Amino acid sequence: MKIHSGLPVHLFRLAALGCGFLTIAVFMMMLYLGWPLLTSGQFFVLLSQNWLPEQNIYGIYPMLTGSIAIAILSLCLSLPISLGTAFVAATLAPPKFRKLVMIMVRFMAGIPTVIYGFVAVFLLVPFMREQLAGGSGLNILTASLVLALLIAPTMIVFFVNGLGNVDKSYCLAVDAMGGRPIQKLLYLQLPQAWPTIIAGIIMGFGRAMGDTLISLMLAGNSIAVPHSVVDSGRTLTAHIALVIAADFASMEFKSIFACGLVLYGFSVIVVILLRYVTTVLLRPQS
Amino acid sequence: MRRIIEKTVFGVSWVSVFLLVTALFFMLAYLMHRGSGVLGKGLIFGNVSPIDALLLKRQVFNGLFPAVMGTFALVLLAVAFAVPVGLAAGIYMAEYCHGWIRQVLTVLFDILAGLPSIVVGLAGFSFTIILHRAFPGRLGPCLLISSLAIGFLILPYLIRSTQMALESVSLSLRLTAPALGATRLQNIRYVLLPTRLPDILSGVILAIGRAAEDTAVIMLTGVVASAGLPRSIFEQFEALPFYIYYISSQYTNPEELQMGFGAAILLLTVCAVLFLSAFLIEQAISWRLRRY
Repeated sequence: MKIHSGLPVHLFRLAALGCGFLTIAVFMMMLYLGWPLLTSGQFFVLLSQNWLPEQNIYGIYPMLTGSIAIAILSLCLSLPISLGTAFVAATLAPPKFRKLVMIMVRFMAGIPTVIYGFVAVFLLVPFMREQLAGGSGLNILTASLVLALLIAPTMIVFFVNGLGNVDKSYCLAVDAMGGRPIQKLLYLQLPQAWPTIIAGIIMGFGRAMGDTLISLMLAGNSIAVPHSVVDSGRTLTAHIALVIAADFASMEFKSIFACGLVLYGFSVIVVILLRYVTTVLLRPQS
Repeated sequence: MRRIIEKTVFGVSWVSVFLLVTALFFMLAYLMHRGSGVLGKGLIFGNVSPIDALLLKRQVFNGLFPAVMGTFALVLLAVAFAVPVGLAAGIYMAEYCHGWIRQVLTVLFDILAGLPSIVVGLAGFSFTIILHRAFPGRLGPCLLISSLAIGFLILPYLIRSTQMALESVSLSLRLTAPALGATRLQNIRYVLLPTRLPDILSGVILAIGRAAEDTAVIMLTGVVASAGLPRSIFEQFEALPFYIYYISSQYTNPEELQMGFGAAILLLTVCAVLFLSAFLIEQAISWRLRRY
């Protein structure tokens, strides 16, 4: 019997290999267009320099710090809320209510990013300006607050899956001994599911780093290195969106490929970490 | 001590659910409060009658019609590009791919799924530059490039949902047709795909939602604030999510802002309808599975 035969199979293979190839091609294209930066040995210098166009210095250090600051802050804000919601959706609530919470979470994941940003511009930014931070109201804290809301559904879904995957017989054992849901959660599910929790956190961090619109609309996009959470800042992603209109041949323009390469490298690291966490740490203990 | 920790975690958990619900409620309520006034056919068609606008007899200048049609054309093209490729690649991954190639492809598709959409947009933009260098014509950022980039963005979702759908077919069903002498391809065509069609469909619907909402990709590959109706795939176009983004920073008068709120409600409704249909299909599947 011939297993791999016929035109359709060749087409299937072509599609799969083509998609794989395109993923590599994206990296290659950015490398090719950003090549002048790399050949002059500037790439790593760029990562540590400030952005001073008038002195011909196009470092992306401020954007790098901006991205990391916003991602970490939004993760810190989002993690407790996501964990709590996941606890309720996985164990604490009665089954009907759990389902309702999950529907809400998945609906939140489906709301377009631009709408989170749009509402925040008219609801959160004036509040920030008049009550909390002053200034324009566009700062790292504003962006992080909204981003925290945006990455929560991703993390909650991961957490709930992890907590729900605990062996049924263990759960029944706890129930049989008269353990309350909160005890089952804290002493059985949480210790068992921690690799998935870590995976969810990595995933949430990845989404926070990769988001463009929220930081573009809410973080203020100033080019200086941020020093506090109420400073305005610019992320790598927003930088790409802002500079794209500039002159094609300028060094300024080339710097967006450096941003692109950094973001690409970052998503590769996220994938490798996720694979490590889910395959090595999540091996069934026997 | 343990009692205190348990009580605290319990309390904090419920408070966080409450916070999340409140945030969502405030967002939706504010949107409705500000935008409900402009809802109606004037929002989309301005002061042109819908029939005339749809038949392209008259241009719509003060409505969202061009943006709606732009998004519609974009999603249609992107889905037309991505669905055949995504399904084929998903079938290959689930049924034919083994060994190290499978490992490599899985990692590559994971990377693709994790790429920030702005990087996908930048890739589309780079592609345009390279095309421009190779063929110095007048092919700039346009609807075609945007839809290719959006198609590329939704590929990993399509591949993964197809692959997971096919891999979840039970072994007994999987082996029935081959036992009766069917070839592998016939098995896929007549047994595996039809039984898992609803899963694949809900995957496609969610991918459509991603394609409709993404702003970063089209921002870099050809969307503009005012272009009128998309006349050809080699021209720039308008789109709803970009319009919303544009209004939030560039509005000049209260009427424009009102239109922005209207557009936001419109986009949210589209995404909610897509979400609801994917959800209903999933419910139907789980209901059917429970019956067996």
